[in-house]
Amino acid sequence: MTTSPSEPRPAPAPVDLAVVGAGPAGLAAAVTAASLGLTVALLDAGSRPGGQYYRHPEPALGAARPKALHHDWAAFAGREAELRAHARGGRVRHLAGHQVWSVTGSGTDWTVHARTDDAGAESVPARAVLLATGAYERHLPFPGWTLPGVVGAGGAQAMLKSGLVLPGRRVVVAGSGPLLLAVAASLAAAGARVPAVVEASGYVPYARHPGTLLRNPAKLAEGAVHGGALLRHRVRPLLRHAVVEAHGTDRVEAVTVARLDRDWRPVPGTGRRVPCDAVAVGHGLVPELSLATALGCATRAAADGTVALVLTPGLRTSVPGVWAAGEAGGVGGAPLALTEGEIAAHTIAGRAVPPALVRRRARLRAFADVMGAAHRPGPGWTGWLREETAVCRCEEVPAGRVREAVEDLGATDARTVKLLTRAGMGWCQGRMCGPAVAALAGDGPSADRRPLACPVRLGQLAELPALPVD
Amino acid sequence: MPKRHSPDVVIIGAGVVGAACAYYAARSGLTVAVVDRGPVAGGTTGAGEGNLLVSDKEAGPELDLALLSTRLWRELSATLPPETEYEPKGGLVVAPDEPALRALRAFAEGQRAAGVTATEIPADRLADLEPHLAPGLAGGFHYLQDAQVQPAQAAARLLAASGAALHLGEEVTAILRDPASGAVRGVRTARRELLAPAVLNAAGTWGGEVARLAGVPLPVLPRRGFVLVTEPLPRIVRHKVYAADYIADVASGSAALQSSAVVEGTPGGPVLIGATRERVGFDRSLSTEALRRLAAQAAALFPVLADVQVLRAYHGFRPYLPDHLPAIGADPRVPGLHHACGHEGAGIGLAPATGALVAAALTGTAPPLDPAPFRPGRDFGPADTVPPQEQQS
Repeated sequence: MTTSPSEPRPAPAPVDLAVVGAGPAGLAAAVTAASLGLTVALLDAGSRPGGQYYRHPEPALGAARPKALHHDWAAFAGREAELRAHARGGRVRHLAGHQVWSVTGSGTDWTVHARTDDAGAESVPARAVLLATGAYERHLPFPGWTLPGVVGAGGAQAMLKSGLVLPGRRVVVAGSGPLLLAVAASLAAAGARVPAVVEASGYVPYARHPGTLLRNPAKLAEGAVHGGALLRHRVRPLLRHAVVEAHGTDRVEAVTVARLDRDWRPVPGTGRRVPCDAVAVGHGLVPELSLATALGCATRAAADGTVALVLTPGLRTSVPGVWAAGEAGGVGGAPLALTEGEIAAHTIAGRAVPPALVRRRARLRAFADVMGAAHRPGPGWTGWLREETAVCRCEEVPAGRVREAVEDLGATDARTVKLLTRAGMGWCQGRMCGPAVAALAGDGPSADRRPLACPVRLGQLAELPALPVD
Repeated sequence: MPKRHSPDVVIIGAGVVGAACAYYAARSGLTVAVVDRGPVAGGTTGAGEGNLLVSDKEAGPELDLALLSTRLWRELSATLPPETEYEPKGGLVVAPDEPALRALRAFAEGQRAAGVTATEIPADRLADLEPHLAPGLAGGFHYLQDAQVQPAQAAARLLAASGAALHLGEEVTAILRDPASGAVRGVRTARRELLAPAVLNAAGTWGGEVARLAGVPLPVLPRRGFVLVTEPLPRIVRHKVYAADYIADVASGSAALQSSAVVEGTPGGPVLIGATRERVGFDRSLSTEALRRLAAQAAALFPVLADVQVLRAYHGFRPYLPDHLPAIGADPRVPGLHHACGHEGAGIGLAPATGALVAAALTGTAPPLDPAPFRPGRDFGPADTVPPQEQQS
């Protein structure tokens, strides 16, 4: 078949640094690197900087005070202003609406391949790459979780921040992790009733690390603010409990809440029904590592049960020329991400890292590890799945099929379950079902393996510049 | 120390070739144990497209093996569960121009003499078989015997049907040999010793390492391939469709990247586009050049695909021997050692015939076809020259 290879295009001059992701880590890194004299390309899928955390209301909504839903909006607004100044000065190219599907290259010769919102393409050459790819929500399925009205806790927060929309009028908040209190407080403040906040973990593990907690007064204050807000709305978290089933036909009408044992196994006979018209459920976040693992960056098992990147104190990955900051190195929240973005910018620019940044990072990382370990899902949670409960929503694979692959067909890991059942082969590429499939396979968490970090139009791949072949 | 088992044969490798060998050995009355350092279908099988092709093989021993396999796969499809997704969909090989069509016609003529059913399709009838095919092609050949299975399922279901004892996640650390006679006595893993009078090396791309454990060389080398997978689509591609230059690629020993997209639909909905062929060792990095070629050729065959989303890309390492034929049967250098590896990109298709040959060798019964061209003790010829700095893009 004769195909006409595209004419090699003249390559644009490489920037000193390509930053993937304009959330807290990427934004902080881009402005810091630019202020240290580097030329920077900042690529992000969103139309405005801020990522999932600093989410903007749609302009059409005319929200007067977006900061009312955010902590520390000033930290963001200041950097956004700096970004605009650097962009005007030609030191930063902010490529909004650019979703990166692959990074290729080595050493000081990288190409960042992106798809654009208007079905276009851009390949950005760079001397160094910083991955600030953030995280996505960890979902643990339960019977009824596919009913309309069941939303992710982070998704509920995002709906509030970007659309000022409530997922329902009576919203049960469930799962595990510090986000639950924040979401419940936001929902209550926005006018929803929150009949229950259901937390699978106890808060007891925190008490084993009093030093780490006391060194993080801002975190304690944040918790107190949420707790106070909830008390005002007469909401008390129910510890060591979980939503083990959602009921309803066209939409969720109630949930069953049951007590859990130490391993998160539901205790028989403890279930009770709580009427509601929405459920916001979340089990923390999973680092988004598709680009990093495709490059071969080494990973580690993090305290929260997820897989994160191995990073040096200067935030280098194991691949020379590639740095990472924020959630990719282990979920730790926006203040840590901002700090790490600044640290990475310094080491990329070859500058000494200010000691205050190093201290702040150490303190916030230690806190994140305590939190992560406290909310790590117990192995018994799969006890609330039924054979017919969908595990992979994209490919409609029920738990029974996954168990058959493991027990009868020789699958000993999540990848083989995928090959045998299609779980994880759909649109989300296993981001939704990955943790659940790994748990059912009796496998530890495994690193994302997605050579394409997001879907790409076939025609765009076909139009990549042709490379000569010997 | 764990208890010792004494099967008749220990098979190293739980890919589709090891699974088919287990199945046919068990059907011949042997007790079988299968050992793999990973899960079932964890190597090249899990990265395969499930091609059961006769169309890409020129007349000769490999085609004979493929034709026998075609019959055996049809038999197996009646006994294995439907999850195996056996689909006798047929292949369509198209020629972009008259010279390619003439070459294809001569190629098909030789295949017909060997028992292949190949029907020439004139240019104006191609759309009857594939309505979305690009206009302007010179013509093509329809191969009725080409078929498809879901490879991981095929391996898992063959293993389950074999009744073999499975030891997954156990790497073989030694092949035990009798100090006096040199004959194999079994294998050792981290967890146990499995004693058996016969050991079969079905380790695919890693077959050379296993042979080394028994003290003999077997020059199995990896050849990387990339596959693109689109979003789920309604059935717009009905056959296995590819361009005629693919045939030249398979027979080629060149190290440079060659590709000619084989495009096919799957029961699950996604269209598979594969595969490139590169000799770059076990390099796992993404080659955007490989993706570009696959995408460009798929869009050239089926213009409608240009606007679909590619959801994922994956790669595998095909095991090949320098003369591009698999090694099947007893190793004359080590009594009791057998091999079934080096099937390159055709392991799924050739697995049942390989299993039948291995079972005949193990039981000393008459083989279903002449095993001589595949004997592991043959002269494999010179290894292909590999450029010192192999290109990765």
